[in-house]
Amino acid sequence: MKNRAAYFGVFTALALILSYVELLIPINFGIPGAKLGLANLVIVVVLYRNGWKEAFLLSVVRIVLAGFMFTNLFSILYSLAGGILSLGVMSLLKWKNIFSVTGVSIAGGVSHNVGQLLVAMAVVETYQVGWYLPALLIAGVLTGLLIGILSAGILKRIRFIDG
Amino acid sequence: MKKSDWFLAGGILIIAVALLGYQFLANGGDPSESVVVVTVDGEEYGSYPLTEDCSVDIGETNRLVISGGTAVMEWADCPDQICVHHSSVSRNGESIICLPNEVVVSIQGGAEPELDGMVQ
Ligand SMILES: [Zn+2]
Repeated sequence: MKNRAAYFGVFTALALILSYVELLIPINFGIPGAKLGLANLVIVVVLYRNGWKEAFLLSVVRIVLAGFMFTNLFSILYSLAGGILSLGVMSLLKWKNIFSVTGVSIAGGVSHNVGQLLVAMAVVETYQVGWYLPALLIAGVLTGLLIGILSAGILKRIRFIDG
Repeated sequence: MKKSDWFLAGGILIIAVALLGYQFLANGGDPSESVVVVTVDGEEYGSYPLTEDCSVDIGETNRLVISGGTAVMEWADCPDQICVHHSSVSRNGESIICLPNEVVVSIQGGAEPELDGMVQ
């Protein structure tokens, strides 16, 4: 595809907008970096449309840019842990082809939250943090489900544009 | 959606609900015996009864306030301020985490003997 870079720019912009929208929704899971994961919508679409390499690049670029623009350097490191684990799990499951987009997205949402929790536990060296696991699992399933259904719809429509 | 997607979602939700049930049962201790345990960098900094109102300076980075049977992080010098915005905690197992300063404030039941000796 000729305008690959242009598409990447558009997807990055979309992911950043979703990151910002997410900041406006005041949900605090008690774990730094654990969020709704709306930007994952763009990551899932790119994963299915362009493959895991571009999804990985987009994921890292999004986290670093969103970190500089909306939060701070510190949160970038924690977001990267969840983001990379989530994308790793999604890439693997997509390749294994057991689930549809929705199942892959659910696994991504859950593993993102689990990744953040593990980092938090490692940093504070206190297992009590694990108390939040059930809430994070439920949140991961619900947001993963929502994002998966939206991604499936977008992927179906995008196919016509690509021709 | 495939059938396997529903199994995945259902399986994770069942695990989460089972864990919640376990937490609810483990929570049965007498709240008047709960203590607020503060850990810094994995080491226990101090523990304070939940029933006595007090203000605790945790090093020079955080300040914990216990009043009316709940604990809140009143002040912190961390960049994200997640701990300060965290809602108050009072139930056994709940905690407030300040990741940048590696501070954890958690509520623990005073009734059952704790595992502290084993994890050290
Ligand atoms: Zn803090």
